[in-house]
Amino acid sequence: MKLTKAKRNKLIYNIVTFALVIGAFLILQSMIANKTITRSLKGQLVPICCWIVMAVSLNLVIGISGELSLGHAGFMSVGAYTGAVVSGLLMHVYDIQDPTLRLVIAIVAGGLLAGIVGALIGIPVLRLRGDYLAIVTLAFGEIIRNLVNVLYIGTGDGRLYGSFLNKKLPEGITMLVDGAKGAVKIKPISTFTAGFILVLITLVVVLNLVNSRAGRAIKACRDNRIAAESMGVNVTKYKMMAFVTAAVLAGMAGALYGLNSSTVVPTQFTFNQSINVLVFVVLGGLGNVLGSVISATLLTILPEMLRAFADYRMLVYAVVLILVMIFTNNPTIRSFLNRLIAPFKRKETTGGDAQ
Amino acid sequence: MSQQKHHSSTKMVPVPTNSIVPERDINDIPVLETRHLGIEFGGLKAVDDFNLTIGRTEIAGLIGPNGAGKTTVFNLITKVYEPTSGATLINGRDLHGLGIAQASKLGIARTFQNIRLFDNMTVEENVRIGLHNNIKYDMFSGILRLPRYWIQENRQHEKALELLHIFGMENLADERAGSLPYGVQRRLEIVRALATNPKLLLLDEPAAGMNPHETEELMENIAKIRDQFQIAILLIEHDMNLVMGVCEGICVLNFGRVIAKGTATEIQQNPVVIEAYLGKKKEGQA
Repeated sequence: MKLTKAKRNKLIYNIVTFALVIGAFLILQSMIANKTITRSLKGQLVPICCWIVMAVSLNLVIGISGELSLGHAGFMSVGAYTGAVVSGLLMHVYDIQDPTLRLVIAIVAGGLLAGIVGALIGIPVLRLRGDYLAIVTLAFGEIIRNLVNVLYIGTGDGRLYGSFLNKKLPEGITMLVDGAKGAVKIKPISTFTAGFILVLITLVVVLNLVNSRAGRAIKACRDNRIAAESMGVNVTKYKMMAFVTAAVLAGMAGALYGLNSSTVVPTQFTFNQSINVLVFVVLGGLGNVLGSVISATLLTILPEMLRAFADYRMLVYAVVLILVMIFTNNPTIRSFLNRLIAPFKRKETTGGDAQ
Repeated sequence: MSQQKHHSSTKMVPVPTNSIVPERDINDIPVLETRHLGIEFGGLKAVDDFNLTIGRTEIAGLIGPNGAGKTTVFNLITKVYEPTSGATLINGRDLHGLGIAQASKLGIARTFQNIRLFDNMTVEENVRIGLHNNIKYDMFSGILRLPRYWIQENRQHEKALELLHIFGMENLADERAGSLPYGVQRRLEIVRALATNPKLLLLDEPAAGMNPHETEELMENIAKIRDQFQIAILLIEHDMNLVMGVCEGICVLNFGRVIAKGTATEIQQNPVVIEAYLGKKKEGQA
């Protein structure tokens, strides 16, 4: 097949995305080996991977499928709790001590459960048009947070106990999830390598999906629903596909995130967190996967770097967000930037869009 | 005009719905049959008792003054609206309860009065959306790039270029659909509709906004589509030269009701039609 201009641009875009992620990983790994990495950055590595996965997966829903989802942290929460419980279960009940195996199983389980929850929400809601998905996902995020707030899961004598509101749980069992205290006594088993692999998987899934028959159908539904339907595209099916795929990825990111620290508390996955991921997506550009990766990385590091400013931290953060918005969306500044890079481009291309 | 020759082979036939099916199609199941089709919007009968039968390779026209309900008929046939009365049959299959996408799978394809292309996609991608149900592979082959992905993508690519070639657009394959000139966009919509492999093609004002040269080209294309793809075409159009030149049977709609059916000559001489277009007690050609 001859490589056309559009196809070449896509290929270059994908190669740049993967090269950037792999390059960053190799540099950071060598920094870890040389011990030149700061402690705060080292602690941030796994969360950065998680937020990249969150941002890219939310971009699949918002940018590519064109549906506004405001409960992405809810899926992360489902994944985090599932991961913590599954990991604890594997350790206490099935006596699997190999952390890598536990991590893999926990991440897969977190993804699966989040996917099932995503499907349950998507089936009724994605049939509707308009802002229903935004409203329902917003409510979903809050419901999940309140549910895990009263969720008690424990294990003892090789059995699993669970209840809401701490009723009927026997004495002397090891608690895995302890209500408002969250998932407790987690053995942190997440590694940067695991996070990197998850990011790679996410990028492969999302980019390959977008550039396939299903991806074209998803974009067609976004661009013109009636026209897509008239071409025989099952709109609900493809919106579901994007939504559930994103939920699975968010669940996997959640499991990785949960297993990175010793506790997971319900308040970690609030509406604010969903909006945070939304900010990553919007700043990186709707439908722009590479943009999501970059903005998730920078905006995760930025608040840490601003710790020196203490009280003014969030203020500076907000100002930076506004400035980036202006700089990336202002037509005058855009045309100025385009003129700057024009000599390096052979011909004007749209660029920066994962289509 | 070469299309005129079709008129000689066309005549009124006494099928139950009193329609105009060309002789060559009479022995086949009609591709489209509507029976007493109607829809009400809050008490207003936008379309009422609409009966039309279209033969397997017929080119039919649906005309009428503005607001007569022509596009509503299209929306009823393509299931954008669920009719409040009557039935639509495609190749003898009732469309009752089916959605837009399912109707498309049964062989209906359409273009839109206001062009509805996927503006941000390339021309080829637009056609590939049309091929969505013809050349398939599942999501996992796509994500994992299994051999089936490469085979089917290649087939889609070749088929899309083949279709574009028929309409002299293969050199535009990589252009953004939204950046094309108006007339070319209309042509692309037709190519995209044809990619779904339809049995019935509905064209909603295909000549709107076209210059006379483009309209003539369109007329040739419409005849070409019928001959090459062996499908039926139903078109809504205000350009009477096009309608009279290319349509074998014409159905005239006014205030949601069929007021006349027949060949081009019959319609041109029908006093009811002249009245609908020009008002009472006036002499003139429609």
